[in-house]
This record gives sequence, C-alpha cells and structure tokens, in this order.
Amino acid sequence: MAAPPPPAASPGLAGRLSTFFYMRPRLLLLALLVPPLLWLGVVYLGSLFALLVQSFFSIDDFTGRVVREFTLRTYAQLLEPANVDIFLRTTGMAAAVTAAAALLAFPLAYFIARYAAGRLKAFLYLAVILPLWSSYIVRVYAWKTILAREGIVSWFFAQLGLGGFLDGVLALPVIGGPSLSTSALGMFLVFVYIWLPYMILPIQAALERVPASLLEASGDLGARPGQTFRHIILPLAFPGVVAGSIFTFSLTLGDFIIPGVIGDSSFFIGQAVLRHQGTAGNIPLAAAMTVVPMLIMGVYLLVARRLGAFEAL
Amino acid sequence: MSTNLPAIRFSGVSRHFGEVRAVDGVDLEVRDGEFFSLLGPSGSGKTTCLRMIAGFDHPTAGTITLYGQDVTRRPPYDRDVNTVFQDYALFPHMSVGENIGYGLMIKKVPRAERARRVAEMLDLVRLPGLAGRRPSQLSGGQRQRVALARALVNHPRVLLLDEPLGALDLKLRQEMQVELKAIQQRVGITFIFVTHDQEEALTMSDRIAVFNHGRIEQVGTPAEIYESPATTFVAGFVGISNVVSGDAARAITGRPASFTVRPEKIHLREPGAPTAADEYSADGQIRDVVYLGMNTRYRVALDCGSDLTVVEQNLRTTSMDVLAARGRRVRLAWERAHSRTLAESE
Repeated sequence: MAAPPPPAASPGLAGRLSTFFYMRPRLLLLALLVPPLLWLGVVYLGSLFALLVQSFFSIDDFTGRVVREFTLRTYAQLLEPANVDIFLRTTGMAAAVTAAAALLAFPLAYFIARYAAGRLKAFLYLAVILPLWSSYIVRVYAWKTILAREGIVSWFFAQLGLGGFLDGVLALPVIGGPSLSTSALGMFLVFVYIWLPYMILPIQAALERVPASLLEASGDLGARPGQTFRHIILPLAFPGVVAGSIFTFSLTLGDFIIPGVIGDSSFFIGQAVLRHQGTAGNIPLAAAMTVVPMLIMGVYLLVARRLGAFEAL
Repeated sequence: MSTNLPAIRFSGVSRHFGEVRAVDGVDLEVRDGEFFSLLGPSGSGKTTCLRMIAGFDHPTAGTITLYGQDVTRRPPYDRDVNTVFQDYALFPHMSVGENIGYGLMIKKVPRAERARRVAEMLDLVRLPGLAGRRPSQLSGGQRQRVALARALVNHPRVLLLDEPLGALDLKLRQEMQVELKAIQQRVGITFIFVTHDQEEALTMSDRIAVFNHGRIEQVGTPAEIYESPATTFVAGFVGISNVVSGDAARAITGRPASFTVRPEKIHLREPGAPTAADEYSADGQIRDVVYLGMNTRYRVALDCGSDLTVVEQNLRTTSMDVLAARGRRVRLAWERAHSRTLAESE
C-alpha cells in the first residue's frame, strides 16, 4: 500500500500568477507585446512620421527659420544638379559595394554551409563575426592608414614592381584619386570590408536550409554542377542574397563616417544630411534627403519581390 | 528493350569509410526488367549500394557495370539511371510540372514535347492536372508520385528507389506497393528498391538480396527467401524468427545444426498425440498468447530448452478460447520438409 500523496502545497504568488496567465493566453500575449509595440509604434514609427512631416516644411532663406507650412519647395530643391549628383554617387557606390560583397560572400557562405563542420565551422563563424565586435570607427581609421600613400598597400605594390600599375589605376577618372585612401576605389574597398559579414551570414543561413538531396537529385536528373548551381542553388539562396543586399545596400546608402574619412571631398547622402541638419540648420532639407534612401530601398524591395526573392521564404 | 546483359553487375564492390566497412566485397547481378529489392536493417549497406549505382558515392574497390558498361567512376549526371529519394527531394521553388520536366529541360527537350511528356507522366502516376501546383501544396502520397514521375519521365534504364514508402502511413503504403509494382510492369524498366521492411520486399519483388553488415546473406525470390532462408540472419530478419540451435536442435532432429521452421507450418496438438514418420515434434508449454484477430500467435517454451512461435488461423476459435490456452501443455509437430538447416551468419 503506497503512502497517500502529500496534500498540494498552497501555491505562492508566482504560482498563482502562472496559473492566472496560463488560463488567459491572450492576456499574456498582450502583456508581452505591449512594450515592443510601444517602442516600435511610438519611438520608431513616431520619429519617422515626424521626419516625414519636417520634409514638407521649408526654410526661410532670409531668417534661417523653419516655416511650418505645407510645401513641396524642399523636395524641389532635391532636384538641383548638386543634390542629384550626391544621390547618384551614393546609389552607385551602394550598388557596387552590394555586388562585390555578394560575389565575395557566396563562396565562403557556401563552404560554411555545406562543407565546414565542428570546430572549423565555429572558427569560420567567429572569423566572420569577430570584426563586428570591435569599433567600426577604429577599423575605418585603420584602413585609412593601410590605404595611405605611404601605407602598406602602396608599399606592397612597390615591392612587387607594380607601383606603376597602382598609379595607373589611381589616375582613372571617377574611381581614382591622389592615393587609395583619398579615392572612390579606396572607399569602395572599405565599404566592402565593413559590410561583408552582413552579406555572408544571411546567404549562409539560406544555403544551410537547402537539403543535400536536392543537389543530388539535380545531378541525378542529368544536370552538371554548373547547371545545378544555376537552377537549384542560386534560386534557393536568392532570398539570402537579397536579405544580405538589403543590409549592405541600405547601410552604404546611409553611412556618413566612411565617406568622411576615406575618399575625396565629394559628398554622400549621409554627409549631406549631417551638414544640413547640423551646420546649416536646414532641418526640412535634411529630412527630405533622408526620405530619398528610403524611397530607393522601397523600389529595391519591389524589384526584389518581382524577381521572386521572397517566394521561398 | 530486352537484353541478356545484366542491368547492374557488382563485382567485388567495397565501400570503406576509414575503418567502417559499409559495403564489403559484394557481388550481385540484377537482371533486365526485374523488380529487385535490397533488404536489410539500417547500416547494412543497402543504401550505400544504391548510392553507388546512382553515382553519389563511389566504391573503394570493385567495379559496377550498367548493361555491360563500366560506370564505376562516372558522375551521377553521366549515367542512365534515375533515383526516387527517400525525402522525395522535390525542388521547392518549382511547380510540379517544372519538377517533372527538369531532366528534360536539362536535356534541352523542346518545350512542347516536355509539356506533353509531363502530362503523360502525371496521368501515369494518377495526378492529372496538378502540373501547376507547388510541391508544398501536395500531400505526402502525392509528393511521392511526383518524385516517381520526375524520375520515370527520363526513361532511365534502371530506376533506383530509396525507401520511397517509408514516410507514408500504413494504408497508403500498401496502396502504393501495389501501384508501384503495376507501374513497373507497365513501363518495363528495371527497378532497384531499397527497404528495411521485409513484408514490403516480399510483396513487391521478383528477387531480393538480403544485406547484413555490408555483405549479402542471400539472393533469391521472395518464396526462396521466406521458405528456405540460407542463414540464421535471414531466418531472423525475414518473417518471425524461429531459430532452434545447439542441444535443443539435437533433441528434436538428432543433429546439432541450427534450423528454422516458419510459425504457420507448426501444428499445435494435445500432449502425447501421435507424430507421423515424416514429422518432427517437440513438447512444451504455451507461455504467451497474442490474439491478432485473423490469427493467433502462441509463444511456446520447449522442454528441450528453446522457444518457438506458432501462428494458427482462428478458423473456429474465439479470443476467449485462445486466451484461455495460456499455460497449457502442448505438443508441436511439423513436416520435416519444412525445417531448414541454416548456415551461421557472421
């Protein structure tokens, strides 16, 4: 004969609370969702809305005061050649950086997802993420030294007897400049370096979800490795490439540190926004300029959706 | 396409992964047009053999020929075989029609002919009109059929099936077994079917190879495998294990060699009942009774120190009768011709 079970201890406050919420799952959901929704709705969307409102105000040229009346004058200012120049330069750089990052990231992501295992995989993850742990500004300034005229890259080219080649590249219009650290090419290199992890990780995650049997099935049905890549691997990894490119593209569009430290004195969107709202005190124009990268990203996402990037999600 | 060449021939094929001998010196011939099963427990080497025929894996020793052609070192895309995968491996970003037409697209078959052959295949696997669906919109049984159609549309010389029915529920699996066999007879392609389910292998195959520890224990027709198992392993793996060995075997047959007798061949008689000259008999006590509806399974502990399972149809008995039999003393008897002497498995 087993001993009768001991009487259930009367539940404490925590126990009663657990039971209260267990029986009311909707209330629990609400309690959990209110803080993030407040954060997103009020702080995030709210400030975005304030920004949008500001962009429809204008500045009085004479007093330098903001005129709080609805006008499209500020947006018209965006179409001035100097500003259009900034948008084209920034978008071009963002596109180039995104393309280069995707090309560099794919093989590594593929290797991590399909071949690396155990310690090697952990090491590669760490190697990709580690740069993100150190200060971004420190790394940008480090690159300024690396790319300087007296820096290690110039020295290396000189040792190989390729100093003339480097000078030749720097003499090219648009991408060239007096030295790598003061050229668009140098800025491009630094952008690619800084944003590369944001491209590797999503592609790797997408490839990780592709079962090996799909690749075997493709080969079994007669496809050579190149055809399997084009018809199976690339389409299935595409959502990852798009996710990564959203990072690299938008981060490049909005960055104002790298164009300030590396490259020539031509402006990028981020720098222009900084100057208009800081030095020049032209908040409406700064706000309108901020709307531009948002629009570019919107168009970008629409195109990505057209290409079927989100169908496999 | 009738030919005297074997569809597949393994000559001394081994696949060692370091110390592990997944496949160890296998010789095998699969005839043209056969439904051939590779049967064995997991890790017995049957799937590795299939993967070596497909070209996903390559032997560390020996050669594999496909209709006389040495394909041992050829990549998968360069051999005339197709595979139905265990997880179906349908391409999630393509429609059912695109999946089935994939092999034809790779071979640059014109679009119109592709569409015609895809429709033909969908009819064959009884999924007409589903070409526009996505694999994710299909049930497990339907995906299975699409995977079959995707492989068959290429008219391979040999079709490989890697436990294709494993993920289906029992009823659907039994339906598919019959249908798969019917499709094979219709298309006349050699099927090589991997399974760990002995009943499935017995139902569908023309011949079966039983695998254990990377080697083949026996090759034969389902009747041969079931009625005359060559080794203790085959006797144990196919059907209910009824192996008597050592002193118990000597007490019954007069010889120490292990033997097996299928449970449905054994008669349950009253103790002391006469035994015919062409029968073996043994006395014992019923230890366990399992009522299975159509028949009843008895576990009998023999006095000479072994166990035998006996299956009797419930022709006249009810569950009450059979369950009351527990603990009763009985005499077991079976025709000597139904005893099979076994070779020891390694």
